[in-house]
Amino acid sequence: MSAAVQPPVSPAKSGAAGAATFSGSDSRKYNYFDPKGRRATHYEDMTVDVQPDPKRYLLQDWIISFADGTPTYSENWTEAKSSDWHAYRSIDQEWERTHYQRQSTICGMIQNVVENGRRAGAPKRFDPAWVKILQDHFGAYKHAEFGLGTATMQAQRYGYTQMINNAILTNSSYKIRFSQDLTLYLSEIGMDIDGFNTDAGKQHWVDDPIWQETRRAVETIGGATDFLEQYFAVNLIFEPLVGELFRSGFVMQAAASQNDFITPAVVSAAEGDYERNLANAVELFRMLMLDEAHGDHNRRLFGTWLHKHGTLAIAAAQGLQPIWSQPRVKVAQFPEALELAKNRLRAIGAETNIDVRSIVDV
Amino acid sequence: MPDSLSLTKITAQKGISIGEAAKRVADLGWTPSYVQEAMTFPTDYKIKKAPRDPMKQVLRSYFPMQEEKDNRVYGALDAALRGDMFRNVEPRWVEWMKLFLAIIPFPEISAARSMAMVARLAPGEELRTGFTMQMVDEFRHSTIQMNLKKWYMENYIDPAGFDITEAAFGRCYATTIGRQFAEGFVTGDAVTSANIYLTVVAETAFTNTLFVAMPSEAARNGDYALPTVFLSVQSDESRHIGNGHSMLMSIINDPDNHQLIERDLRYAFWQNHAIVDAAIGTFIEYGTTDRDKNKESYTELWHRWIYEDYYRTYMLPLEKYGIKIHHDDVNAAWERMVKNHYHHKVAQFFSVGWPLNFWRIEAQTDRDFEWFEHKYPGWYAEFGDYWKWYGKLSKPGETVMTFNTDTGYVYPHRCWSCMVPCLIRDEIICDEVDGKIHTYCSKLCHWTHKTAFAPTYEGRPTPAMGRFSGRREWEECYHGWDLADAIQDLGFVRGDGKTLVPQPHLRFDDRDMWTLDHVRGHTLGSPLLTIRGMTPEAREAHLADYRKGFKINPIH
Repeated sequence: MSAAVQPPVSPAKSGAAGAATFSGSDSRKYNYFDPKGRRATHYEDMTVDVQPDPKRYLLQDWIISFADGTPTYSENWTEAKSSDWHAYRSIDQEWERTHYQRQSTICGMIQNVVENGRRAGAPKRFDPAWVKILQDHFGAYKHAEFGLGTATMQAQRYGYTQMINNAILTNSSYKIRFSQDLTLYLSEIGMDIDGFNTDAGKQHWVDDPIWQETRRAVETIGGATDFLEQYFAVNLIFEPLVGELFRSGFVMQAAASQNDFITPAVVSAAEGDYERNLANAVELFRMLMLDEAHGDHNRRLFGTWLHKHGTLAIAAAQGLQPIWSQPRVKVAQFPEALELAKNRLRAIGAETNIDVRSIVDV
Repeated sequence: MPDSLSLTKITAQKGISIGEAAKRVADLGWTPSYVQEAMTFPTDYKIKKAPRDPMKQVLRSYFPMQEEKDNRVYGALDAALRGDMFRNVEPRWVEWMKLFLAIIPFPEISAARSMAMVARLAPGEELRTGFTMQMVDEFRHSTIQMNLKKWYMENYIDPAGFDITEAAFGRCYATTIGRQFAEGFVTGDAVTSANIYLTVVAETAFTNTLFVAMPSEAARNGDYALPTVFLSVQSDESRHIGNGHSMLMSIINDPDNHQLIERDLRYAFWQNHAIVDAAIGTFIEYGTTDRDKNKESYTELWHRWIYEDYYRTYMLPLEKYGIKIHHDDVNAAWERMVKNHYHHKVAQFFSVGWPLNFWRIEAQTDRDFEWFEHKYPGWYAEFGDYWKWYGKLSKPGETVMTFNTDTGYVYPHRCWSCMVPCLIRDEIICDEVDGKIHTYCSKLCHWTHKTAFAPTYEGRPTPAMGRFSGRREWEECYHGWDLADAIQDLGFVRGDGKTLVPQPHLRFDDRDMWTLDHVRGHTLGSPLLTIRGMTPEAREAHLADYRKGFKINPIH
């Protein structure tokens, strides 16, 4: 249309790295955050600063607010305080690929174990008393896992950084998957066991006195309006004192003696999940406890959370005690299991600098 | 051996159906009796009916499926490198990915966060599994896109701009519209943001242009990594569309909600149009070197995806529920693109402000002109000389395009609502809202701020509705600054401390690259602060002049 137009000059014949050397042509790392170690990990590159912050790069501040003026993300959504929320990195370093690989591996493992066990006729050989425990109590417990999963799903909206929210998000994903694992596992072995009632678990969860303190503890976590209180209560309190107590302190130990080699394999996935969720949570709360400016404030705050949820969790644990007496072959003792759970909390307290004596030494 | 024998048949055992599995999983919830769940995100909607999960999927099939999809994506990226993709990729295209991929991971992760907002609102548990999967999907999308961007940074000829990506996202005048988009998913009334704006409109309608149309153009420019990633992302969207529709069906039967649904569909459709069409229309048509006249233009794609698919088959059927659909809005959006050259004006704006970008934009040339004129008759008369000026002024030492008065371009006002400037000049609206003067690009953007984002709507209290906040006009942040100082403050300078990250060309040679010294001596100003400082009479005169538009001077 016009001979006056000069075609663009593009001396480089290739669009590949190294095809030309010029200012900035070797700048091949994300350079806007300080890695925790000497070099940024892949997780850090995928995660850091994706959720912006007016204190860092958000030049125009948040541009939509809630009706009361609260911005899209607010540091005030938790009573905990931090000098630098951005310092946190999750220990498990999860991003999407590692998350799907791990979750998918677990799904495959569980499916293989259950299919092979069923093919071998294993559920029919479970001790009848054990079958009733699986039906009523293991069936009830799946709802606790679901409650923790939905609480963390809610909590992942509120964190002040992407690193915190993604750690809580994967926590939710693990808990909800495990609640579904249990649901489907019980439904499938129920097809092999005459008279197995898959609805019994929910009935026990809602009505059985054994489970009511546990349900109260889970509902209290779901009812908390401080997202970090939820994350704290799930991983630092409920899981060691109730979740792990029931899973490791009872199911994992007792199952083999009831001719059940399937259930421990299913539950082992949750124990692996918890190790990661716990490590992530400990790292965060330790950071907040050691905060030079706000450590004292956080210590007092966590003390109130510990008291509130610890008291409920101990009551929940004690409520579950009768279950330990129900297997025909008794291999696990409740007092020992509870002491192990308390030791776990002591170890968590030592890692995070949180004084847990008021809960474990009474 | 009988023909029908197979390993699957030998090992098969009775299992539960997927429908039964979904039903059992949906029964995991219960009605709390000790402590009620905290309802921390407010809504003015009433939700009485439990939404159904149309997808009936459980996580044990979801995770392996997603892992398999991931394996294909990452395998394809490895194959692209082995096939030397970057040797043949068009830099014109990849440069625009610096902007696109700076924006998109935050909207994606915002969508994950928004699942927290709807999951507790909906009675019943059935759809919570759907919301859970969407939450994890969005986590997937955000981090898989960060990975793609890192991959470009490591393998493309000019990594500058990719290396500062999330910092640039927070600061750039162009990424503002992406932040408006993303914050809209998670802020304000929970149903407005997380259901209507995000799923019912953005995901159901506009992801087709984002994640289907754009990958096609990427492939035409030698980039088969972006299609691999984004078509995999798009394959998750059908679940999200299902979630959104199911939630919509749970509120639509209550006539009390109709007024709000009508409001939110208007706001969401218009703002998605204003933001997504501005960005994606520009990327697809100005980032490409493919000028095949047989391929569909962005507006033709829009007609197929938005008009035929979304408006006719999704929006219109809502009328049978008693929802008033504003057909004129759809038509107005279409006319803005076809008659008023909306996204062409956006491309013009992005290029006139190139020193404040963090990517390169090269001039459009004769070959491009022919294609544009073929697809958009009248394009050349309006934009031909402009792009010739742009090409001429791309050499360091010329007066920078943004401040070059020879061209005749007049820097636009910014729309307070969608954050895109008021580019269709005769549609600008200036009004006092909340005691302050604001400018808007269109009637609906004016309505969005003044009427929709307000504590009452048509006499009805809407206490949950969000508010516009922050320093919404980007230009105000650097009002009175020297251009070079502003660029330095933005961090859009390369490692040598002087060469700009953005360049108005694709010449990868230091001798042709602009530095801070080339752009120093020009003062940035805020059109909004300027107009607020005018007397009412001067303001009216200024607006009358603005509405007349401008004419690009001929180039000789």
